[in-house]
Amino acid sequence: MTIAASRREFLKVSTALAGGLALEFRFPLASHAAHGALATEVNAWILIHPDDRVVIRIARSEMGQGTLTALAQLVAEELDCDWTHVSAEFASPNEHIRRNRIWGSMSTGGSMGVRSSQDYVRKAGASAREMLIAAAAAQWQVPAAECTVDRGIISHRTTNRTLRYGQVAAAAARLKPPEDVRLRDPRDWKIAGKPVRRLDIADKVLGKPVFAVDVALPGMLHASIAQCPVFGGRLAGLDAREAERMRGVKKIVREADYVAVVADSWWRADEALKKLKISWDSAGNGELGNETIAAMLQEGLAQAKLPQARRIGDTPSALASAAKVIEAEYRSPYLNHATMEPQTCTAWLKPDGFLEVWTSTQNAEASMAAAAEAAGLPLEKVEVHKMMLGGGFGRRGGPQDFVRQGVAIAKAMPGVPVKLMWSRDEDMQHGFYRPASMVRMKAGLDAQGRLIALHTKIACPSIVRVLMPQSTMKDGIDFTAVRAFNDLPYAVPNQQVDYAMRNGHVPVGFWRAPGQQNEFYRECFIDELAMAAGKDPVQYRLSMLQDGDKHRLVLQAVVQAAGWETPLPSGWHRGVALAYGFGSYAAMVAEVSVGAKGELKVHRIVVAIDSGHVVNPDTCRAQAESNVVFGLGAVLHQENNVRHGRIVESNFHDFPLLAMAEMPKVETVLVPTGGFWGGHGEPAILPLAPAVCNAVSRATGQRVRTLPLRHLGLRSA
Amino acid sequence: MLELIVNGRAHRVDVEPEMPLLWVLRDHLGLPGTKYGCGISVCGACTVHVDGEPVRSCVMRASAGVGKKIVTIEGLPQDGLHRIQQAWIEHQVPQCGYCHSGMIMSAAALLAKHPKPTDADIDATMTNLCRCGTYARVRHAIHALAASPVSSAGPKS
Repeated sequence: MTIAASRREFLKVSTALAGGLALEFRFPLASHAAHGALATEVNAWILIHPDDRVVIRIARSEMGQGTLTALAQLVAEELDCDWTHVSAEFASPNEHIRRNRIWGSMSTGGSMGVRSSQDYVRKAGASAREMLIAAAAAQWQVPAAECTVDRGIISHRTTNRTLRYGQVAAAAARLKPPEDVRLRDPRDWKIAGKPVRRLDIADKVLGKPVFAVDVALPGMLHASIAQCPVFGGRLAGLDAREAERMRGVKKIVREADYVAVVADSWWRADEALKKLKISWDSAGNGELGNETIAAMLQEGLAQAKLPQARRIGDTPSALASAAKVIEAEYRSPYLNHATMEPQTCTAWLKPDGFLEVWTSTQNAEASMAAAAEAAGLPLEKVEVHKMMLGGGFGRRGGPQDFVRQGVAIAKAMPGVPVKLMWSRDEDMQHGFYRPASMVRMKAGLDAQGRLIALHTKIACPSIVRVLMPQSTMKDGIDFTAVRAFNDLPYAVPNQQVDYAMRNGHVPVGFWRAPGQQNEFYRECFIDELAMAAGKDPVQYRLSMLQDGDKHRLVLQAVVQAAGWETPLPSGWHRGVALAYGFGSYAAMVAEVSVGAKGELKVHRIVVAIDSGHVVNPDTCRAQAESNVVFGLGAVLHQENNVRHGRIVESNFHDFPLLAMAEMPKVETVLVPTGGFWGGHGEPAILPLAPAVCNAVSRATGQRVRTLPLRHLGLRSA
Repeated sequence: MLELIVNGRAHRVDVEPEMPLLWVLRDHLGLPGTKYGCGISVCGACTVHVDGEPVRSCVMRASAGVGKKIVTIEGLPQDGLHRIQQAWIEHQVPQCGYCHSGMIMSAAALLAKHPKPTDADIDATMTNLCRCGTYARVRHAIHALAASPVSSAGPKS
């Protein structure tokens, strides 16, 4: 099949850089010039140009995590093409629907991008390779088995003939795909497994318009939005007279729980928005705040009978007969994703009844569905153009609030493209927050200090209830709220995990490594137990892990890399933590010092990760660094407080991100043991908070049981 | 009507004098490389050069830019890639990349003043925020640039 120009029309804005061919990024512009060169679609994933350039279609989103490049590497590996001729483009969500979801899942979260598509994208590459070889063999009238391929050049040795992929792509595309293909052993990888440069970086350093906020269409207008500050509240009254008269203002859009101003520039829209006199109905939520939320969680913990997420042995009896019982309560606050690019959606309801949407989305199909529903159109009449995400971290997957709003605003301006961009304040105050939660753990130790019973009570809002209300939860258990406890890696004969779902009115969502607060609770509490038992925290953990357990291997790897037993500079202390999640094992050692006035410095983080396979070691290391920074910001500074029903924080001055000066040295040890596919976007954040807090507890002599650390009088040195 | 010189070209723009330079660049001059992040001069995603100095364009009135030389990320490269952009590719610095227009403009200004910056210089001047956590690579790339020979013309900017 040849890609016809009518399929999608593009204005190509990015130029390939001399030498370093990059992303075939086209800024989709419906009414503009046609796609230039015709390429052959060998299969849905692979286009080959007559001059041998290979375009690999990517279904998942790119938010800096490197999935786009890693997937292209996997396809190219099996295709056996010349990597320097490879570029990538996003598969069209509209075409995806029309072709019966041919590209599989477009959802990009849970560190799943590579690991849950690796099998079928590799097969697509291998299948195309076989078809290209078969086409060459047919042309030469020789058996395909006599042909070999190397970097896109097919050879028939005995007759000394060669053909390039570009020469046989059209013929290959007409062949029937092979029924079955054999995938390469990762040990033989030549493109995958290598630290190739990311395909999206060159455009990004040049400031190319790759993000949703950069979309510019002829005649496009801009919108700024004010949403009801109290969650659950509604618009009660509006006086827009002053705003309507302001320069550049085209329209005031009133919806149930927000008002938007449409103007000819974003600043003018936002200035007018500030002049609106809006009254909100807080729907009875106006007096909710930190205290009522804490009381709600405490009430959950106080219940004697709760749904059980795990029950092994007889925990109450074991606790009753334990030589020593240790109990602690931990908590953590709501946290916003705070992507650097605020939520943004451009929508254009065209005169022909077709809706085009440009947005930063972690799930293009969810964006399609939200847009179609908001517009009252069938999916076939909607296209979502996936832009590069200025950060995602879980904010842009499940919730598609910004898409619904963008389309609703565009509906008020039919025929005119409108770009809705949230201000930072809106973004900070209308998130889907990491749930605030509270956990009570009770441990029983025997006379030798061994952990024989662990009873955990968790009070936490349910992300599943908020974002997937249709899905049924077995026994009322949200897996994101109980993880790390209901799959405890340690051999503890008696375990009980109780879950109190307490939802409150603050929307919660998947915040990078959802449920990671449980590692903070668990791994800090294990340290408390080790101290109570008089044991080294590493040895204590190892004593509860079976030989050959991959947890054990990453723990040993990090301990060795960090030099756990070696002396530290005076005043420095180490902390350790261990985790499994998102398919991978991660262990971490943190080195910190705390001055007399609470000056905290995180000096060094060493992390070992076993993800089974590593497709691009450099982007995997980058993700480890990213997880350290994302996690440290939360440990040191961040929280979202609730007062009068709304989020208190409004921008980066009161929700500080980690700064350059606070960046520790990060050393990443990749220890892939093969045989499974784990993720990299999230696992390394799991042990971060507990490793750092365990070190801080040793430095200060005070157990850290609540975050962020600034509440303990600790400030960055 | 304001006359602004951006990336070596004079533009006449019909905007309010108090409109922040950021929005003139993005919405009126078609230069979206400069990013909005916070609007309150905290994150630095909007950093541009004004007469060679790094400036946070989200809080600079457009009228204050009249008669000055304004350079954005789009105007930084000469003959392809600026050496800082090249280093950013070489060391695979960005992740999502959203903050890096500002990050690169800050780094360019830093290296123009301090060709061999110390870690303390970097900490003090590279106050741009990055949510993805690319700080280690930013630092590494700046040190690598400081260690690499610069053409006699000095850093291009």
